[in-house]
Amino acid sequence: MQDAVSIAVSPAPESRTGERLRTVARNAFPFLVVGALWEIVARAGVFPRKLFPTLGDVATAFVDLTRAGILPMHAAETVLRLLSGFALAALVGVTIGVLMGRSRRAEDILLPLVSILAPIPGLAYAPLFLLWFGPGEVSAVLLVAFVSMFAIIFNSWTGVKAVKEIWLRSAQSMGADDRRMFSHVILPGALPYILTGLRLGLAQAWRILVAVEMLAAVPWGLGWLIFGAREFLNTDAMMAGIVVIALIGLGLEKFVFQRIENFTVVRWGMMGSMAP
Amino acid sequence: MSNMTQQGQSRRSLVRAAITLSCAAALYQLLAMSGIFAQALLPKLQSIVSTLYAMLADGSMIEHAAFTLYRVLFGFALAIAVGLPLGILMARFKPVENFFLPLVSALMPIPSFALVPLFMLWFGIGNVTTVLIVFYAATFPMLFNTWTGVRSVNPLWLRAAGAMGAEENSLFWKVIIPGASPFIITGMRQAFLRCWIAVVGAEMIAASDWGLGWVIFDAKEFLQTDVMMASLIVIGGIGFVFERVVFGSLERFTVLRWGMVRAAKA
Repeated sequence: MQDAVSIAVSPAPESRTGERLRTVARNAFPFLVVGALWEIVARAGVFPRKLFPTLGDVATAFVDLTRAGILPMHAAETVLRLLSGFALAALVGVTIGVLMGRSRRAEDILLPLVSILAPIPGLAYAPLFLLWFGPGEVSAVLLVAFVSMFAIIFNSWTGVKAVKEIWLRSAQSMGADDRRMFSHVILPGALPYILTGLRLGLAQAWRILVAVEMLAAVPWGLGWLIFGAREFLNTDAMMAGIVVIALIGLGLEKFVFQRIENFTVVRWGMMGSMAP
Repeated sequence: MSNMTQQGQSRRSLVRAAITLSCAAALYQLLAMSGIFAQALLPKLQSIVSTLYAMLADGSMIEHAAFTLYRVLFGFALAIAVGLPLGILMARFKPVENFFLPLVSALMPIPSFALVPLFMLWFGIGNVTTVLIVFYAATFPMLFNTWTGVRSVNPLWLRAAGAMGAEENSLFWKVIIPGASPFIITGMRQAFLRCWIAVVGAEMIAASDWGLGWVIFDAKEFLQTDVMMASLIVIGGIGFVFERVVFGSLERFTVLRWGMVRAAKA
């Protein structure tokens, strides 16, 4: 993925447009091949058209649903849910993680609990949450928050612990009080890890959100859209929904994850991320 | 000496973990017995344990776990069979990379669960859909890590081996594969983690009759919270065993022994 990007932004000194055109062509070529194959299979009638729509059908469904405002509405709802769940996770996760890193007692109490709850796939908690909080918005947001919290906790905890002892001691000997120590030494020192944790948490939240929307019976959302479309054999609408999901995922990847990575790598010279 | 203190340290942390966990369990038990929440929603510990025991004893839990494991391992094996060679090919041959990289970049951000309804339409409910979802979820981490691993093999080693007269075949098996192995094993680990998440979700949505995910989801309909909790314990246990025992020992026997990475402090 990194390479696809770097190919796209490395212009040759001479004949920039020619080079760029060639890059575009090279990146577009595989999609043309796959698209053509798809179209041939769809038109050959091997599978019923209802189940295997042509690209034209999908494009029409996409345009129609977008025009009617259905697709943007679902997408907005999904993104909103993602962000609110993630914000909750970030708040709670960073707090717990930093607490665990700073206080021996908090670490003793919380670490066993966190390490027992973390390895269970988040979606396995879904029915439990649905029973406890009822189907709908509350369960969905809480579940997304709960699932993405663990990566944030672990990384914040590691980050605070990884702050160099010598920085702490020198700050102390220069007379930093607890508050200054925290805001000027510990937090900046742990920030690369915390950001990595946030990135992992957001990625996890995104992966699980679609399934949560299918299970939690929320009134709007892309997951619900594709799941609902199945009932009516609207494969074209399903495909359109998947395309939007892919676009949002790509947007997250390009504008959020890679930004954060570049930011941390460049600013702190940290190459290795803490990815598990 | 240092070994002794390390042992003492680990014993102390074990004791502490036991204390916190029993405190948490006691707290939970008190909450469950206090009757603030309905018994059906917050079952007592003894009813969870007895349900777990009963399900293990009559073999139903083992059968569910076997179905889930079958799906995971099948999908995981498929993912390795596709991801590993493709990753190596992409790293070694530029045209292959040029063709597949854009496709992979476009497909990777789609969460596997988004494809569940589509696969249900195409392949029906049951094993095929679940295995394919697991396969989809696991292929990308496998592929991506292999690709990165092969590309990051130290070029000095390649040249040294070439200068010592290694031909293509032994270069591949003796230098490239061991050199890329830390990445490949990380890829397997990540892939398995994804598989484990994907199988539970796919079993819930594309419900068939067996499988741990299906049990949990089905138990919700009948308010059998104790069954849900018991299955959660089994799911967590199996995941833990795979992560620590299987991949841990795989790592010990390959990359650690070859001296590719140092043992990480737990």
